[in-house]
Amino acid sequence: MRADADKVFKALAAPERRLLLDRLRAENGQTLSQLCEHLDMSRQAVAKHLRLLEDASLVVPQWRGREKLHYLNPMPIHEIGERWIGKFERGRLRALAELKAKLEGDNDG
Amino acid sequence: MAESEFVYVIYIRTTPEKLWRALTEPEFTRRFWADTVQECEWKRGAKWRLMIPDGRVADTGEVIEIDPPRKLVLTWQNHMFPEMTAEGHSRMTYELEPKGSLVKLTVKHSMDTPGSKLVKAVSNGWPMILSSLKSMLETGESLEGTDHWPEGI
Repeated sequence: MRADADKVFKALAAPERRLLLDRLRAENGQTLSQLCEHLDMSRQAVAKHLRLLEDASLVVPQWRGREKLHYLNPMPIHEIGERWIGKFERGRLRALAELKAKLEGDNDG
Repeated sequence: MAESEFVYVIYIRTTPEKLWRALTEPEFTRRFWADTVQECEWKRGAKWRLMIPDGRVADTGEVIEIDPPRKLVLTWQNHMFPEMTAEGHSRMTYELEPKGSLVKLTVKHSMDTPGSKLVKAVSNGWPMILSSLKSMLETGESLEGTDHWPEGI
């Protein structure tokens, strides 16, 4: 599954695509038009970024009638976490992440 | 959006038949799904329930649609937390599609109302359960921490 990990890292490497994931995390199951609202990107650019995210399985499309809804799929990121973060480190890292969030507000930069 | 829904997709190196058994037979589910057991006759209209190791019934529902080894749709109501029980039935779907030497497993969990506590709660659990399922089928070992029920719940 190495090729797929490459796709995930490549998909995550652009701030525009991370922003789209953030938008889906805030509200899952949005259409392309909904995702384009309040974004400084052309519809074409958003569609292109979504295709790369879909290709990496980070976004999963679901059809409802004629509407294509986009869902955030956390599995690829979870698998990356499982690969390098051991069970015993997880509790400590969560505590650190919570401390960071508390001190800095809830931004991930 | 008028409802709460999560969709998870994971690719597993296995066959649809093996994956179906892993998702429905207690001897497999308890290994990657925190030692829980699901009781069901696995036919349309059958009652379904998920029990935690001390015998308490965590969730119940009914088989809405079943097409082994391709699709399963269940209604799903939680009984551990009153605020979730009050939300009524959610809907959970498994879809299994062979993709070469892999199987694409799609898990959808939804509730007709927005801001569902149940859907939010299961959305924290599913990624762990699904990656443990993948690990069990591909390596024979489920992931640490998913083979027993968490203490204090």
